[in-house]
Amino acid sequence: MEVKVKLFGDLREGRFKEEKTQLEENSCVIDIINKHNLPLEKVAICMVNSHVAEFGQVLQNQDTVAFSPPVGGM
Amino acid sequence: MKIFRVNMSNLSFVAEEVPEEWKVLGGRGLTSVIVAKEVDPTCHPLGNKNKLVFAPGLLTGTMAANAGRLSVGAKSPLTGGIKESNSGGTAAQRLAKLGVKALIIEEIPQGDKWYCLHVNKDGVEIKEETELLGKGNYEVIHTLTSRYGENTGVITIGQAGEYKMSAANISVKDPKGHIRSLGRGGLGAVMSSKRIKFITLDDNDGEGIKILDKEKFKKAASIFNKGLLSHPVSGNALPKYGTNVLINILNEAGGLPTKNFRMGQFDGAEKISGETMYDTIMSREGDPTHGCHVGCVIRCSQTYNDKDNKYLTSGFEYETIWGFGAGCTVDDLDVIAYIDQICDDIGIDTIETAGTMMVAMEAGILPWGDGNGILNLFKNEIKEGTPLGRILGNGADFTGKAFGVTRVPTVKRQSMPAYDPRSVKGIGVTYATTTMGADHTAGYSVTSNILNVGGHIDPLAKEGQIELSRNLQIATAAIDSAGLCIFTAFAILDSDPVSHALIAMINAQYGTNWSVDDWFNLGRQVLKTERAFNEAAGFTNKDDRLPEFFSEPVPPHNATWDFSGEELDQVHNF
Ligand code: SF4
Repeated sequence: MEVKVKLFGDLREGRFKEEKTQLEENSCVIDIINKHNLPLEKVAICMVNSHVAEFGQVLQNQDTVAFSPPVGGM
Repeated sequence: MKIFRVNMSNLSFVAEEVPEEWKVLGGRGLTSVIVAKEVDPTCHPLGNKNKLVFAPGLLTGTMAANAGRLSVGAKSPLTGGIKESNSGGTAAQRLAKLGVKALIIEEIPQGDKWYCLHVNKDGVEIKEETELLGKGNYEVIHTLTSRYGENTGVITIGQAGEYKMSAANISVKDPKGHIRSLGRGGLGAVMSSKRIKFITLDDNDGEGIKILDKEKFKKAASIFNKGLLSHPVSGNALPKYGTNVLINILNEAGGLPTKNFRMGQFDGAEKISGETMYDTIMSREGDPTHGCHVGCVIRCSQTYNDKDNKYLTSGFEYETIWGFGAGCTVDDLDVIAYIDQICDDIGIDTIETAGTMMVAMEAGILPWGDGNGILNLFKNEIKEGTPLGRILGNGADFTGKAFGVTRVPTVKRQSMPAYDPRSVKGIGVTYATTTMGADHTAGYSVTSNILNVGGHIDPLAKEGQIELSRNLQIATAAIDSAGLCIFTAFAILDSDPVSHALIAMINAQYGTNWSVDDWFNLGRQVLKTERAFNEAAGFTNKDDRLPEFFSEPVPPHNATWDFSGEELDQVHNF
């Protein structure tokens, strides 16, 4: 199956902003983290289809998964 | 320390002893207590009975990091309720070093002369001012820096303030001679009603900061300062990308208000995002990271250059970029930077006027997405004080009334900031219930709703939001009283050693024996004082509600605002 992966902030460095990724059926969020070597301590926010998600969430074909390092502002 | 009191009616100054009950108050705690005690809640905000109160925080001027905030309080001409606004810059630390606990300005002069105040070790000089009338803040700051030297603190109002617009802010010179703003609630109009164009501060030979137990203070400050730097948000994310890093996150979460809160996502988000801004700053030899006052270790501010690598603006914040960007569907970061610059120069709040421009677009005054049109309204109408400019300069609510627009995103007549209250419900609770009018900083529930700081609460569900907003409003009132930048809250909320170090610093400085609970009691007391003022001014719990159009669903989640009045009323149950 295919999912869209978006990266924010420092996670883009040496990687990409947005990319389509092929995954095995029943893959989870953590499989994308491993596939793209995202340092776990740098993934503070993860969203699947604009909903906050856990690393263990099972993905569906055509999902959009976004990762952000710790951020803050106001 | 002393209370400096200036009476503009007879142009007199007196230094008073600090009353016992004000001794361990500072910042917002002190401005709100003074306004509540000395200002008639029913008075006209621009009349003789209102007072303008400046106060550095409890920790301002010490070696505590990020403690250089200046609070200013008054009855607000925008909301009609109590107001505290705070900012960095070069003023608060100078007041603290001069031993000024608060500077209270009361009454208004007879006649139509304008004045300036000069604060130094001997007190306050009140002088007539003619040269800088009608000038923007940048010119005021440059002129005063050459008049009094680099090391002078400056507090000033621009043309918007002179016109007494309800969106006018008070500006403070930062260490680089740029501008920080006491943004919200029209405090610039109150300063103008007292006919004061600017205040300069010289802290040479001031009495300095008294700390009862210096050793203890030093130890606690070191833990506190290190704690800020080791927290991932204040140590890394804010310095690099500034606050604008939030554009992409809020857009992804469906909480970035777009086209006057019609959608929660903006097609042009990436073009105005913190990541794009960082790349632009670097490619134009700008500075992505600096502090707005000496002693800031987080340094979220930056200077943004134009295409020719020349200074364009600084302190270019998420709220501003969201408001004139996604809010008005403008996707050109340079145009937004020019708007930010002119807002700083004429001294007007960017959140209030972004809401105003959305309303102006609803009214057909200019088309959606017309960034240059916004710039022209600032340049040719607001700055010039034309009739249209005066309508716009009085904020979103006033503009909505003038043009018969009902889709006006305000609470207590103050424009809503950069988070959709339907898809980030915790912040909606704060918008509705804070004493300040729609204000995100008053209880920044975005932390647990979106940023995963201080735990996680589902932003789309109601559960836990009332309690979250209440606790954050209490904690924020206490942090604002310490003179701390609100960005210290990430580390304070997440780390016990940091919060304990904060209380240890206060105890060491003032000889108190506060526990964490006493600290929160300070926050509770501040909120109760402010709320009592608002009630006496005529507010009821019916004012703690969002505008009716928030019952419409907002994509992508089709979330609606579904809190009942009874639920919202629970926020103040403490
Ligand atoms: S973190 Fe930002 S807002 Fe806070 S004191 Fe530093 S520069 Fe100013």
